[in-house]
Amino acid sequence: MSWMVWTLPTAIFFSSIAAMLAGMTVWEIYSPTVERKGFLPISTTRGDRLFVSLLSAAFIHLGVVGFTSLSILVASAISVLWLLVLMRWG
Amino acid sequence: MNNKVYNNRAWLLVLPMLVLVAFSAIIPLMTVVNYSVQDVLGPHASFFTGTEWFRTMLNDPALQTAFGRQILFSLTILAIQIPLGIGIALIMPKQGWQASAVLILITLPLLIPWNVVGSIWQIFTRGDIGLMGWSLREIGIEYNITRNAGDAWFTIILMDVWHWTPLVAMLCYSGLRSIPEAYYQAARIDRASKWAVFRYIQLPKLTNVLVIAVLLRFMHSFMIYAEPFVLTGGGPGSSTTFLSQSLATMAIGQQDLGPSAAFSIIYFLVILLVSWVFYTTIMHMQKDKTPQGGA
Repeated sequence: MSWMVWTLPTAIFFSSIAAMLAGMTVWEIYSPTVERKGFLPISTTRGDRLFVSLLSAAFIHLGVVGFTSLSILVASAISVLWLLVLMRWG
Repeated sequence: MNNKVYNNRAWLLVLPMLVLVAFSAIIPLMTVVNYSVQDVLGPHASFFTGTEWFRTMLNDPALQTAFGRQILFSLTILAIQIPLGIGIALIMPKQGWQASAVLILITLPLLIPWNVVGSIWQIFTRGDIGLMGWSLREIGIEYNITRNAGDAWFTIILMDVWHWTPLVAMLCYSGLRSIPEAYYQAARIDRASKWAVFRYIQLPKLTNVLVIAVLLRFMHSFMIYAEPFVLTGGGPGSSTTFLSQSLATMAIGQQDLGPSAAFSIIYFLVILLVSWVFYTTIMHMQKDKTPQGGA
């Protein structure tokens, strides 16, 4: 595995993605998702909303890192908030 | 309403594919992410750099210009190829041997490997031995793709139109063929003009294939590499250097693994976003299909 040059932050990143996917699977088994229409222009399932929030989180991080001098934690905080909003009302 | 019991064990059948994709795509992609936050000098010498590469890449003027150039290129070829493809599909013969002959002729450019297309056009546009370059020179037009950025752009766009419009035309042709004759009969009874038939029958029926055509053409033109690389090598200067060529120069030419990993991720995210938007649009259109879908 040394060729993959793991670092602690990236390991945490991928573990949390894996944990999210596992969590979504368990959630799906216990209460299957119902497609609904929120404030997004399309009707979405739970998985769609997670995908949208992860993709937007990526762009939020790029924006903060690339074009502001704010800490990356600010981007992460905004992303978590956005994820919660999206999962609830998206 | 929906009392179907889903048997999720079928997912196990996807497992071999998942293993394969993990091996060929997911694990390499994770490695790229790891590289993007480090300065990797060798197998046991790497330094953690955090988000520095991302900041450098996003603020690199050369890459920003290449990105703008890339968008401009994709939009230009879409604006030409989509209407042209529809037009060609409309005038293609509908049946008989002519239909097959035209189909074969029109498909030929699609069968040529990409770097060969580049070579063909490279020779075709040369002033000394190329037919197009020579003819333009003989009638007194200053034309040189190695010296003049405008000529290089014009040639790359012309080459892409030549290479890929047939794909759009074929998709549209198949879309047009699937319109039932009854629609045209009804239009004739109403004495609809040719334009009205196109606007209210043919174009709405083409929406689905057009979305696919736009998606395919956008994706490919956004990742274009071989043709401009062979034709102009990105020049003159860097006037036709597109994103994938910048990436290849950085990763393979200069061995800047960290920055090029960061750049790949940004590139990947843009492509992922665009594909997702297109995919959602397609799926959405099919879901919300009303019997009298107007536009």
